[in-house]
Amino acid sequence: MLVQFLFYAFAAVLLGSAFGVITSRNPVHSALYLVLAFFTSAGLWLLIEAEFLAIVLVLVYVGAVMVLFLFVLMMLDINAEEIRKGFTRYAWLGWLTVLAVAFEIVGVVVVRRMGVDVTRVPVPVAADHSNTADLGAVLYTRYVYPFELAAVLLLVAIVAAIVLTMRKRKGLKLQDINAQVATQAQDRVRIIKMAAERRE
Amino acid sequence: MITLEHMLVLSGLLFALSVAGIFINRKNVILLLMCIELLLLSANFNFVAFSRYLGNIDGQVFVFFILTVAAAESAIGLAILVVLFRQRRSIDVEDMASLKG
Repeated sequence: MLVQFLFYAFAAVLLGSAFGVITSRNPVHSALYLVLAFFTSAGLWLLIEAEFLAIVLVLVYVGAVMVLFLFVLMMLDINAEEIRKGFTRYAWLGWLTVLAVAFEIVGVVVVRRMGVDVTRVPVPVAADHSNTADLGAVLYTRYVYPFELAAVLLLVAIVAAIVLTMRKRKGLKLQDINAQVATQAQDRVRIIKMAAERRE
Repeated sequence: MITLEHMLVLSGLLFALSVAGIFINRKNVILLLMCIELLLLSANFNFVAFSRYLGNIDGQVFVFFILTVAAAESAIGLAILVVLFRQRRSIDVEDMASLKG
């Protein structure tokens, strides 16, 4: 009973914050609503005993991705009014889409069921059962190549993000290490011979 | 108890809301990125729910990979956004075409 109550409460908060994300006037508010949506999703995943992914969702999304979003939002000087133009012009199409998609998906899930027993309740796991150990057992054996590919993908993303945003500003005083290493004695000191001069 | 049906309907509604968000905020690149994050989240909901209710851990491994790809995607998307803003002083999707090299 308590679980059911928590599910409905979390679902309401999740849908409300998703609504907030797509309708807020200020992009910073949207980002904060999105943080709330991720937190609530983590709670829902805890309810259906996917503990590892719930924690990962909070760590990766709230801790890294959303901080990146907020960082970019606050770094850019965005004129919110300019962007809001055309909001109302296509709003009706957006709501029509939401109705159609929601009707179709809910209809399919509720009516067709696709041979899956959708009203089933999962077998409850033992209190000392580790979801993380389960996941690790397949992640490092059967899925080891996809796992390493994911690591390479992240590396490529890091390189791409840095290359895209790197820029050379004029007038910036930078060290040229190659030139410093390759320098010769005669580049630095010039020894000249000259006759002694008398200073007045 | 929460049944599979509950989770699937919830994820369908979340998916519909994020698709509506893409329609509504079609000029603002950063909100489009946020809506894509929501969309991936609703897909992840399905994976986690099926994995749990069918007693098969593979679905959760898939969610793990989707999270990885989504993080990479948002990092590169935001980098492109920063470049766009530097060039055009706006984050309008219609200015994207002028970002040639």
